[in-house]
Amino acid sequence: MSAPSSSTADSGRKASWGVDRSVVILLIASIVVLAGAALESPGVLSVNYLLQQLQIASIVGILATGAMLVILLGQIDLSVPLTITGTAILATSLAGSGNPTLAFIAIPAGLAGGLLIGAVNGLGVAIFRIPAMVWTLAVNAMLLGITVFYTSGAKPAGAPPPLMVFLARERTLGIPNAFLLWLVVGALVLFMLRRTVFGNYIYALGQSPRALFLAGAPVERIIVGVFALAGLLSSLGGLLLVGYANQAYQGMGDSYLMPVIAAVVLGGTSIFGGSGNYSGTFMGAIFITLLASVLSLMQVPDALRQMVFGAIILAMLLIDRARRAP
Amino acid sequence: MTETGSSRSGRFKVPRVVISAVLLAILFALYISIQPRGFSTYVLTIWSNQGLLLALAAIAQFFVVLVRGIDLSVGPMIALTNVVASYLISGSPAQVALGVVLVMVVGIGCGLLNGLAVVVGRIPPIVATLALGSLYSGVALLLRPTPGGAIDETLSDALTYDVYGVPTALIALAIVLILVAIPLRRSRFGMSLYAIGSSRDASVMTGIRVPQMTLAAYSLGGFFAALAGLYVSMLTLTGDPNIGPSYTLNSIAAVVIGGVALSGGVGSPLGAALGAFILKTISALMFFSNLPPLAQPFFEGAILAIAIVLGSLGMLRVRSRLERFL
Repeated sequence: MSAPSSSTADSGRKASWGVDRSVVILLIASIVVLAGAALESPGVLSVNYLLQQLQIASIVGILATGAMLVILLGQIDLSVPLTITGTAILATSLAGSGNPTLAFIAIPAGLAGGLLIGAVNGLGVAIFRIPAMVWTLAVNAMLLGITVFYTSGAKPAGAPPPLMVFLARERTLGIPNAFLLWLVVGALVLFMLRRTVFGNYIYALGQSPRALFLAGAPVERIIVGVFALAGLLSSLGGLLLVGYANQAYQGMGDSYLMPVIAAVVLGGTSIFGGSGNYSGTFMGAIFITLLASVLSLMQVPDALRQMVFGAIILAMLLIDRARRAP
Repeated sequence: MTETGSSRSGRFKVPRVVISAVLLAILFALYISIQPRGFSTYVLTIWSNQGLLLALAAIAQFFVVLVRGIDLSVGPMIALTNVVASYLISGSPAQVALGVVLVMVVGIGCGLLNGLAVVVGRIPPIVATLALGSLYSGVALLLRPTPGGAIDETLSDALTYDVYGVPTALIALAIVLILVAIPLRRSRFGMSLYAIGSSRDASVMTGIRVPQMTLAAYSLGGFFAALAGLYVSMLTLTGDPNIGPSYTLNSIAAVVIGGVALSGGVGSPLGAALGAFILKTISALMFFSNLPPLAQPFFEGAILAIAIVLGSLGMLRVRSRLERFL
């Protein structure tokens, strides 16, 4: 829709089911980054450091999973930052309310909040036909307003749900629980994308909404469904972040938008929609996490890190364009 | 390419700009009636200064939207030029003049870079301006991690007070609008921009140099973002790297309210400026209403969202659902 008309020319570029090129490139790039960092501080090659990276990558990865689904439609979700913050504040204030019933529903409520935000995003895009980037940006602004009002601008009170702390910080058989959770989420999404009608619809919608509509598919419902699912995954990532940081705070989601989009784009998912592999997003999340971690190890300021993510997105899209060029 | 967009069945339609102007007049009358100081040059000046600031941002957004793009880097460009201004606009009159020129060069450079990414790099405008925007705000943060710097006060006073009871901001806005609107409607360049937004393919066939014209539109976007950045500096007398985010969404909402179609080719700078003043008047109304201050960010977000929804309501009227999936 917002893509130039020439972009449909590459719709013949089907996602290959074998090992993706971008996965191999990302794997090599990850090793190079690690090797480079090891020259500086050998500690990065320790098993513990690497497992910790997997733990953080799981948060980025689950967020990127949601972002990928939306990007597969050829849309974009810019409400990720406040979906994370909003649902995190909701869950922590319920968990820390002291009321056992409210504490019990903290996690389901947080996830339901994400689902609801996603559905609102999807309804604006599907029914009102508002360009996704504008509508999700507006939703983001409203959520910011709600969280500011709720927290009175102060640090939100509350406690992290114990289950999220367990999932985000503990390990089972030496493997971070967060990573196990990511594997489960990833497997479910992979199954959905490859083996279900809904998954086929997602790719088809990204390729040609018009054709899918003429084929009789419920296009509006698919759009709402995908945005809702993406909202759910964003809130799951936000809840993991709560467990990891042991708290929710205003602005906690702000620094995740660029790296998450970068992970998806690096993983070879076309920004025009319709093509992309989950394995690419998976490796993209790991690479972005390693890069961010090494950059912070080198004490690169956050502003510069955000710039690096932005530059990576641009570079990837330029390379992608060069590959597509006749 | 009619001013009012989809004019139906030959019925007379009131031009969109007139509707916006009437709405603004009503809102302004309401504002004056609840403003405790009543109508005075002081109140008018404050209102005009705030309005001009957003109007410049909206005109920046207008040029990009006109050629069927979107600029998510308007906010970051304003922040960057504001920070640059805080270093350069002080000292002797010659230094100040040189500073202003350099700030404008920075803005045009950013706009040109956006245009190059979109035109030459063929990256969708959303992602290109999102990623480049993160670069601009990164540079702004690196230049000035915390707000500070100084701005020449003589220039600031000259631009933010009034001349014989008429706010300088309104005079400046009138000059800007005349300088922009006439070439836009009367020159080949201006008509080319409208043509590109209406139909890119037809423009190519007509022999319009689409790439160069698109680049020019993005550069003009940067130029006006720099003007907005300059004007922020005049109002605040400091450089603040964090002022960006709200301007991006506000500029989009302003153009939508002002009758500029996000699908390109429809609208005028006057409309964009009226949209900006309408938004500013609404937030001024909220400031003096009895809303709790902490609830205001939410209502501002909600008003932006409602404005965007109303602006896109035209889509609900399409006769065939198929038309939606072009």
